[in-house]
Amino acid sequence: MNIHEYQAKAVLKSYGAPVANGAPVLTSDEIESAVDSLPGPLWVIKSQIHAGGRGKGKFIEPEAGEKGGVRLAFSRDDAIAFARQMLGKTLVTAQTGPAGKQVNRLYVEDGADIENELYLSLLVNRSTGQVAFVASTEGGMDIEQVAHDTPEKIHTINVDPLDGMTDADSAKVCDALELSDAAREDGMKLFPILYKAFVEKDMSLLEINPLIIMKDGHLRVLDAKVSFDGNSLFRHPDIMELRDKTEEDEKEIEASEWDLAYIALDGTIGCMVNGAGLAMATMDIIKLYGEEPANFCDVGGGANAEKVAAAFKIIMKDPNVKGILVNIFGGIMKCDVIAEGVLQAVKETNLQVPLVVRLEGTNVDAGKAIIANSGLNVIPADDLDDAAQKIVAAVKS
Amino acid sequence: MSILVNKDTKVIVQGLTGKTGSFHTNQALEYYGTQMVAGTHPKKAGEKWTSDQGVELPIFATAGEAKEATGANASVVYVPPAGAAAAIEESIDAGIELIICITEGVPVADMVRVKAKLDKSGSRLIGPNCPGVLTPEECKIGIMPGKIFTKGNVGIVSRSGTLTYEAVFQTTNEGLGQSTAVGIGGDPVKGTEFIDMLEMFLADDATESIIMIGEIGGSAEEEAAQFIKDEAARGRKKPMAGFIAGRTAPPGRTMGHAGAIVSGGEGGAESKIEAMESAGIKVSPSPARLGATMVEVLKG
Repeated sequence: MNIHEYQAKAVLKSYGAPVANGAPVLTSDEIESAVDSLPGPLWVIKSQIHAGGRGKGKFIEPEAGEKGGVRLAFSRDDAIAFARQMLGKTLVTAQTGPAGKQVNRLYVEDGADIENELYLSLLVNRSTGQVAFVASTEGGMDIEQVAHDTPEKIHTINVDPLDGMTDADSAKVCDALELSDAAREDGMKLFPILYKAFVEKDMSLLEINPLIIMKDGHLRVLDAKVSFDGNSLFRHPDIMELRDKTEEDEKEIEASEWDLAYIALDGTIGCMVNGAGLAMATMDIIKLYGEEPANFCDVGGGANAEKVAAAFKIIMKDPNVKGILVNIFGGIMKCDVIAEGVLQAVKETNLQVPLVVRLEGTNVDAGKAIIANSGLNVIPADDLDDAAQKIVAAVKS
Repeated sequence: MSILVNKDTKVIVQGLTGKTGSFHTNQALEYYGTQMVAGTHPKKAGEKWTSDQGVELPIFATAGEAKEATGANASVVYVPPAGAAAAIEESIDAGIELIICITEGVPVADMVRVKAKLDKSGSRLIGPNCPGVLTPEECKIGIMPGKIFTKGNVGIVSRSGTLTYEAVFQTTNEGLGQSTAVGIGGDPVKGTEFIDMLEMFLADDATESIIMIGEIGGSAEEEAAQFIKDEAARGRKKPMAGFIAGRTAPPGRTMGHAGAIVSGGEGGAESKIEAMESAGIKVSPSPARLGATMVEVLKG
């Protein structure tokens, strides 16, 4: 689960990390009080969306002005004017796709005098199974580009979970960032704080880009991006409160209520599959035969007829869907149960697009018989190759 | 031979009395009499669990007591996510050789802790979030459907459950059969990665060829490919076919499995396929042609 920058900073601040003062804006009548809560002379107005590249982004609406999604204001009037221009408009960045994202929230923050920009993140290093700091002196830019062009400028420091974050670990991070004097003293305090926050809150990513050294020599967290491990949210009701559903696809929200793993995509063939690996592979084989998948959908190992029907209805809500491929390898799931669920959904949704069903595994003959005897227009398939070719052909005809 | 499990493997079930544990223990008992020997439950020690066929298994309070009483050398964990890590740790403390965790949704931070403990122990963990391990006609631990297997000589290792079934089903249909199939699980931090399983398959007499199924996220496939290359240079080699799921997955999204995510420019399918091909593993572009690709490789 992702949260907004202002929420991430509030979490970090609660652990004692140095962040600027700021105020979130959720409605236009909060703009003036947010600006007036800060002393100036420099205000930063930041679009709060779950996507990066905001500063270099552009708004679609002309009345939002030429400037990007993060704006500097040198007067109270400018700060208020910028905020009014930006709130509710659609920001397009390198990460939003061409449709952009509506900016429903802003963050008004105290400006900082920047001397130097650094990069710092914490993540779970999959190769070692440990929490690791990734540090670079090349902050404020696209870290993937830095990793590609100058990999020697990126340092990874693993933390042994049995020892926790030691002074030696912090010193290594300081060295990687080439910190000295006041900044180094700040770092020795800040890095254990970040580790503690990461572990206690079950984060999966904490990225500070940039971490800045200010003109007075001290460190400050200038931007913060935090994602949480979805498996751990059950033990963090406070973090669950931070979920912003307006950032999520409506179909994905509904799917999560049914405990379905569903991700909306741009193609034309809807997919319903059991198992994450097979669901991805089904998307891949559709592409292999020349079409694009409309979604990823894993109904899981223990789905019943109701859940299958719910998945079907969610897939059909996508207006781009021109055909559906159901691919079930029933190890645990029984094919006849799946077949019943599919038929129920076909009737309830009054399905008008081609449907190909591939069933394999437990009770497969009973499942196939149910489909064949239904009198409905369902195309049976023998294996995954056959199924993919049939649905692609049906959609193209 | 086979790897990890065989007819002599004795298994404790952690979470036997729950719905999932109960269902799959019945299935395991019915699969060539897999030796399921006991269950654990902190509050039900002394009670008995009875299978559909009337087999009675004793319940112990801890894995340690169950091991002591039965001589078990493996355990399978069906405990729900919040308690799964503690169950694994209990088995590590009991000195159980092989621990297989089926549970999906274990917090990653818990697994970081478990892995540190595991590294200092003599136990091996398979999973979490995996379908288990099956050696045909000998032993079934986990949730794989037994009837698609036949005894044979292909070793199968996969990050995905249902794609393991595809590989098993297809190699059965091609008449090759399986030596052992292992699902290592779809989580980012797990007990066992590809390399250890490949090492075991290379060393196993019953395994004549290997199918390796990866997916997007992390760099375990690249590391495994390097291992295969290094071993081949030392003259250890078996014919291999493979598949990588998630070529069409959008970056930055978690595709069902917690570990299946392309992020920070890492974990994409193409780099994995390239690495595997360069190590001499024939990667099938279609998940429907895993068995056929293996046959092609064997024909040379």
